[in-house]
Amino acid sequence: MTCDVCKTNPATVYLTQIVDGNMKKINLCESCSKEKGVSDPTGFALADLLLGLGESHQVETTPVAEQCPVCGFTQADLKKTGRLGCSECYQTFSEGLASLIKAMHKGTRHTGKIPARLYRNLARSDRLHELREHLEEAVQKEDYESAASIRDEIRQLEAEE
Amino acid sequence: MTMKIANILASPGDWLSPEAGHHPVVISSRVRLARNLAKVPFPGWAKKSERIRILDEIKPEVDALVEMQNVFSEQLNELSATEKQVLVERHLISREHAAKGMGSGVVINGAQTLSIMINEEDHLRMQAITCGLELAKTYQMIDGVDTELEAHLDFAFDPDLGYLTACPTNVGTGMRASAMVHLPGLVLSEQINQVVNSVNKIGLAVRGLYGEGTEAMGNLFQVSNQTTLGEKEEQIIDRLNKVIDTLIQRENQARENLLETKETMLMDQVGRAYGVLTHAYSVSSKEALNLLSILRLGIDLGFFPDGCRVLVNQLLMDTQPAHLQHLSKQKLAPEERDHLRADIVREKLKNFPNPPTNRRSGKKAVDPASESQ
Repeated sequence: MTCDVCKTNPATVYLTQIVDGNMKKINLCESCSKEKGVSDPTGFALADLLLGLGESHQVETTPVAEQCPVCGFTQADLKKTGRLGCSECYQTFSEGLASLIKAMHKGTRHTGKIPARLYRNLARSDRLHELREHLEEAVQKEDYESAASIRDEIRQLEAEE
Repeated sequence: MTMKIANILASPGDWLSPEAGHHPVVISSRVRLARNLAKVPFPGWAKKSERIRILDEIKPEVDALVEMQNVFSEQLNELSATEKQVLVERHLISREHAAKGMGSGVVINGAQTLSIMINEEDHLRMQAITCGLELAKTYQMIDGVDTELEAHLDFAFDPDLGYLTACPTNVGTGMRASAMVHLPGLVLSEQINQVVNSVNKIGLAVRGLYGEGTEAMGNLFQVSNQTTLGEKEEQIIDRLNKVIDTLIQRENQARENLLETKETMLMDQVGRAYGVLTHAYSVSSKEALNLLSILRLGIDLGFFPDGCRVLVNQLLMDTQPAHLQHLSKQKLAPEERDHLRADIVREKLKNFPNPPTNRRSGKKAVDPASESQ
């Protein structure tokens, strides 16, 4: 991916912001990001940068979902209240939320308690992932005997779903 | 067995009983967890009919918990404004929750150590409260409730983001752990702003008595975690414990310094607080908080026996406006409330020991009870 400003250097800084309810993305290279004063993505308005680019450098924007399919909450509601409509909104508005959550918290991944029911599911999906890797290795080594037994185990785990 | 609101309001929570371990600096520890049902609108976005349906789904499960013995369980619209306010003053419900009515509920155990708000900002806000500095134990209490509930309710959870909450500031563990600390030494020695700033800098919040945006009265502060994602519950509590330990050390240092350099000033303040509290006929809520704070400091400094601490903790609770309003059974004008407050304080402190008769010089009196603290 190349820089949206100079169109030559590879982009290393990726910015996403919600401007007037639309998701705006911009990719910058190291030197352009410095030039534009982008050091802290949270304390910086993408709109200013986009305007500063002028007409000729119109950046492609990807509009994101405007409304949550489960509860009907909109991007505008989120902007107004700072709250979400339902648990599904985290999926619906995930792109815009990612940077917000990153700025709010110590990390971006939950490492704490997991509901027991899900814990079992997660353990199973981890195991499946592991088995598929083993299967691939076995096939590569042409060890078809192991591959067959791994495949059986995978089928059994998948059947439990 | 279900309790009536009158039973709950008649006695203070177990954490205010004389048997609870009353700490010289930390008044209480609280841990709350935010949980939501998956794919159901959060309370702030749900329609009234949806909120009622959610309440009907959650409340029976909460009522059935083994932890909820002698449970008090009610819908918010069944409680009077005064009753709700008493629950706020006891930190059993939030100010926001007190404003709710139909479609919101509260479930409190008989000991008043566990309280569960239904349809506050999240579908569930569950809290445990204990006396003194007991954050890990307090977390375990509420964690048990959560584990039991999750077997019956489908909580919104994402493998990456953890528990999903109405506000992204609570996502992850959904946990807010806090301690109510009494810091008169740091306030009197004018170090408090500096200390509060440095605690804020390391990502913890320091707030006044009733949380966000409230004034720090009675030298009481709440210290809590600001972030909920990226750390395990135990890590957050460890971090909080370390900071609170440091706060306790700083507070104790400040008290020692004050004793060494300004003992007469300290004794004077304690004596005046005692004098006003035991003899006044009208005391405002703010004055009561501030004077009781100084009286408590007097206990911590050994001017009064250690056993007096629980009485001051109870008075801090009982002299708050809604508590008085509830006690009097009739609508009180503010000045009538101040009279009643003074009456209660005088009565409760009738057998409180006198402050030291003679001014001491430089040395802290040895009180056998305080040495164990």
